[in-house]
Amino acid sequence: MKISTLSRHMREGAKNLIRNSWMTVAAVGAVTTTLVLVAAFLILMLNLNQIAENIEADAEIRAFIQLNTNDEDIDAVGQKIESINQVSSYEFSSKEDELDNLIEDLGDEGEAYELFEQDNPLNHVYIVQTEEAEDLAPVAAEIEQFSEIESVEYGSETVERLLQFNEYARYVGIGFIAALLLTAIFLISNTIKMTITARSDEIGIMRLVGAKNSFIRGPFFVEGLLTGVIGSIIPITIVLTGYHFLYVNLNDRLNFQFIELLPWNPFAWQLSLMLLGIGAFIGIWGSVMSVRKFLRV
Amino acid sequence: MIEMKNVHKVYDNGVTALSGISTKIEAGEFVYVVGQSGAGKSSFIKLMYHEEVPTDGKVNINHIDIGKMKKRQVPYLRRNIGVIYQDFKLLPKLTAYENVAFALEVIEENPRKIRRRVMDVLDKVGLKHKARFIPAQLSGGEQQRVAIARAIVNNPKIVIADEPTGNLDPDTSWEIMRIFEEVNDTGTTLIMATHSREIVNSIRKRVIAMENGQIVRDEHRGEYGYED
Repeated sequence: MKISTLSRHMREGAKNLIRNSWMTVAAVGAVTTTLVLVAAFLILMLNLNQIAENIEADAEIRAFIQLNTNDEDIDAVGQKIESINQVSSYEFSSKEDELDNLIEDLGDEGEAYELFEQDNPLNHVYIVQTEEAEDLAPVAAEIEQFSEIESVEYGSETVERLLQFNEYARYVGIGFIAALLLTAIFLISNTIKMTITARSDEIGIMRLVGAKNSFIRGPFFVEGLLTGVIGSIIPITIVLTGYHFLYVNLNDRLNFQFIELLPWNPFAWQLSLMLLGIGAFIGIWGSVMSVRKFLRV
Repeated sequence: MIEMKNVHKVYDNGVTALSGISTKIEAGEFVYVVGQSGAGKSSFIKLMYHEEVPTDGKVNINHIDIGKMKKRQVPYLRRNIGVIYQDFKLLPKLTAYENVAFALEVIEENPRKIRRRVMDVLDKVGLKHKARFIPAQLSGGEQQRVAIARAIVNNPKIVIADEPTGNLDPDTSWEIMRIFEEVNDTGTTLIMATHSREIVNSIRKRVIAMENGQIVRDEHRGEYGYED
């Protein structure tokens, strides 16, 4: 495209936005509202996703070994565990390690347990991780069959329910976002259509003298892009300040190990960039769609 | 240059505008298309610049079948055809100069060339001194001359005028006709639909007369030929 053409499109697009200022306000408002809602959904969804990933990463099976098992048999159990397909890693934790961890976890109260260092009543443990969280239950059941294993433990139902919930939340979220975007495109398209009747003569003459459709669309493309970009300013401001506030205030209170919000930096910036992209996309699409009717031969 | 073979045109609402049109117009000809309202004149000339496509039959311009033309090729066809209407179709907020320049700007012509060409054609239609006037400041005849300037600024091979003098008084009409003859003298094919008996009978050219969507008469140096 020639530079003179490009600058003409920009000039015309900007001129139209200014000339139809109330329509511009309406179209920009549609983008702003949409993006604020989209941002809220994205923050919720992406954080749920993150939590799910943390849970999946933390999910493990603790297999307690019978107290009277000798070292050789313990090694054998390790090899049997390793041979299970879905197992991604496993680790041996001796009863001394277990006691140390327990004492550490309990903090001040833990000191009381230091007495047990003389006569440790705990089991040796194999800590097993699987490729997928869904594999936890079958793998745990398989390990439990081994004669050297006294019992197994894994965060069974809670984990499964959380993961299930997250999956539903993801579908619902994507559905909502898609519906929001379509609504916004429709709104923008209709708003710009209202301004287009005034321009239909101009478009008619352009077609008559042989302007290409891509050329006629040019200013509308610029107009849509500007609408989208301007419309994303407020949502981005809200995300950058609001998420900071949320992160600072909420993250400290959530002291479950696996619930941790995505850090403000870089998440808020990435989200802002995403909103800018989405805003530009719906703006351009809505705007270019509005001119389609006039370009049919 | 323009050739139609057994062309039919039926609109979506079922109205038959043209039924079995066959004709040939050579390069450099000057042709009047006459006939009562609804005879099919407009449909006939709209086929020539792809504003309408034939329902059946062939329309060839320079041996290209424009009925089969791809959508994106249409702009290039139109760059070779200048069109003039009864109601001028000027953009009201642009000056005479800008209205003419618009036709070159939107086909992405070189800005320096635009300036030279626009002043040339405005001079040709005798409006160089009114280049900065907007349409509302010009008379009907002057507005039509701006429209003609816009139609010929790209040196088209064909100029099509749909009742160009319909809104003008007789004196002004003769002025417009003088410009058309000049344009035709440079080799441009000129096709003009008209209701003006005086013009057709005094500036004798080929006359294609239409009735009920058919060509009923086609003669060189013909007459208007019927009562309105």
